[in-house]
Amino acid sequence: MVKTDLLAMLVPAFPLVGAIVIASLRGKLKGNTAGILATAMVVLSFLCSGVLFVGHEVVNALHAAGMHQESPPEGAMHVVKLFNWISVGSMHIPFAFQIDALSLTMMLIVTGVGSLIHLYSIGYMHDDKRVNTFFSLLNLFSFAMLMLVMGGNFLVTFIGWEGVGLCSYLLIGFWYTVPAYNYAARKAFVMNRIGDLGFLIALVMIMQQFGTLDYGTVMDKSAGISTGSPWITTVTLLLFVGAIGKSAQLPLFTWLPDAMAGPTPVSALIHAATMVTAGIFLLVRSSSLFVLAPITMDVVLTVGLVTALITATIGVFQNDIKKVLAYSTVSQLGLMFVALGLGAFSSAMFHVTTHAFFKALLFLGAGSVIHALGGEQDIRKMGGLKGVTKITYFTFLMGTLAIAGIPGFSGFFSKDAILMAAYEKHPLLYAATLGVSLLTVFYMFRLLFLTFFGTYRGKAHPHESPRVMTVPLIILAVLSVVGGVLNLPHLLGGHETMKHYLGTAADGIAGEHMHLAPATEWMLMGITVGSIALVIWLAYNRFAKKTTLDPEAEELSFFKRLIARKWYIDELYAALFEKPYGWLSAQLDAIMEKRVIDGAVNFTGNTTLRLGKVLRRVQTGNMSFYLFAMVVGIIGFLLLTIWSA
Amino acid sequence: MNDIVTVIRSVPLEHYVFLSFTLFSIGLAGALFRRNTIIILMCLELMFNSVNLLLAAFSAHHGDPGGQVFVFFIMLVAAAEVTVGLAILVMMKRNVDSIDINQLNRLKW
Repeated sequence: MVKTDLLAMLVPAFPLVGAIVIASLRGKLKGNTAGILATAMVVLSFLCSGVLFVGHEVVNALHAAGMHQESPPEGAMHVVKLFNWISVGSMHIPFAFQIDALSLTMMLIVTGVGSLIHLYSIGYMHDDKRVNTFFSLLNLFSFAMLMLVMGGNFLVTFIGWEGVGLCSYLLIGFWYTVPAYNYAARKAFVMNRIGDLGFLIALVMIMQQFGTLDYGTVMDKSAGISTGSPWITTVTLLLFVGAIGKSAQLPLFTWLPDAMAGPTPVSALIHAATMVTAGIFLLVRSSSLFVLAPITMDVVLTVGLVTALITATIGVFQNDIKKVLAYSTVSQLGLMFVALGLGAFSSAMFHVTTHAFFKALLFLGAGSVIHALGGEQDIRKMGGLKGVTKITYFTFLMGTLAIAGIPGFSGFFSKDAILMAAYEKHPLLYAATLGVSLLTVFYMFRLLFLTFFGTYRGKAHPHESPRVMTVPLIILAVLSVVGGVLNLPHLLGGHETMKHYLGTAADGIAGEHMHLAPATEWMLMGITVGSIALVIWLAYNRFAKKTTLDPEAEELSFFKRLIARKWYIDELYAALFEKPYGWLSAQLDAIMEKRVIDGAVNFTGNTTLRLGKVLRRVQTGNMSFYLFAMVVGIIGFLLLTIWSA
Repeated sequence: MNDIVTVIRSVPLEHYVFLSFTLFSIGLAGALFRRNTIIILMCLELMFNSVNLLLAAFSAHHGDPGGQVFVFFIMLVAAAEVTVGLAILVMMKRNVDSIDINQLNRLKW
């Protein structure tokens, strides 16, 4: 067990050390040194996670076979307590990590996908002047994300939660000389803070109710809470508000598309594969609370579904290669929240995993395209890249097939699990989620066809990316293709391995049940696959042989323009919040600042000045008068003393 | 030497008080109304000494040597004060060729 503790400590320690070392030597490190160092740190962290995972599996297996007598019944969960962090009165919050199925899964995703993206960044950020700072921040992000997923109590998770928000802000605004990027960074930070407030209030409420923030204890004690009580509804809703902010759901999703201002590897790592799934992770982590709050579950479901639908429609009309992927990410996150709202926690985590693979792949592929075209991001100026950037094309195709849910690819299994869960609740819900995935198919194939098919419409001279960038693409492509085996459904001869594995960590997952007849499942699968094929054919006809450019948003019909303008949500927020807030600030500036505060300060100053003008007449310079005044004063004091005595 | 205390005690305390009061009043009046800076300094000394006298008298009458210790302190401080005062006086004479205290009103801001 001692070895486990050491390994668990090393996992976040490596990236932290990397971040500190690179940051302090950032003026001295030359060339690729920082990148190689940063990548090595995350790879080491990945190896430690892998060893932990294997060890954890062995203990589990031994325990299942009844051979490992020493481990307690909850052998699946191991808490690594580093030190007592906060200890005030009856409140004790240790600085602890929790090693169980859920955190191990997330650790492997974060460090595994993370190390590939670090490797890719060496090539992508090669020419940047601040490459050392970049890698330092990327390592810091990995550290914060690991804290988030490994935290043994809500507060340690919260440190990571804030840490990833900070790194996200710094990396979105990495090219800080462009004002729009700074604006995007601020937007992301502020929107995240709104969510964080909800999370923080939830923490206080949990602390007040249970007297502890330990996941294990909260899980045990939540059994004593009655289902649907106002307290549990409030707490879960507040936790969900935190998740909304971090995972970019309605109404706080608008920061994520803007976050594409950051370098592409950042978009892949933070805004697709890891950080944005923190909200899902939080809900799964506290699933024991959520299963007790049916109202919250419905809210989660609704928010997820509406977000998924709205952002999927927006994605269809975007012309920036990264923006399409960004809206796709929000939409997929929406689907995950639908799964959470349905109580299908394991399906959501499964989709988190496969999504991390293929969305990281797609973003890195997009980065490779952008790199190939010397910074061009507009898909209207691409096309015909199939022949030039062969590896990028092939891997991007794999990613697209995976996200579209073509049978056999990872996305098929994870998305299908969500669709099944939706059908079980209500056929209409199934139709809606199917609609979302069909829209996904449509805009992804539009992207694919416009970028790689047809004829080249741009001016730059395209070239394939260096091997340091294509190798991560190939690895991720393989993962995207075969990732589905992690959780093969019974129907296809699998054992839902991941679900059973995660079931050891979260109450909510252990309580999941599916009751669909095999015939229904086959039918639904058939409908899904058939409609996907139809949509691909549609997209192919429409976009594959395109030689002309799409019209600008202004020339579209009203409805299309509405969607292309992102439903005017940004404008709506500007009108609803920014303008009134600006007006309020202006008023406060005019009244509070100028009149009240300035008035008080000026009054004090002026009064002193005027009093001084009166009193300076006393200072005649006549020595005898001073003495006289002194004597009078002393006598006055004497008399006063005598009288008061 | 014990006799000095006896001698001091042979005069009633009230007399010392009256004498001190008179000396102090003369000093104070001089300091307030004279314009010659040397005179003012002398008047200050007069006030110091009236207080010293009173302290010595009380000290003897109460049999408490503390009062006499005080007298020494006051003498010391007075000496220092006079040093500074006379130095100012000399500078004043050199600069404005006068020792009239009212000449100093030009020092004000």
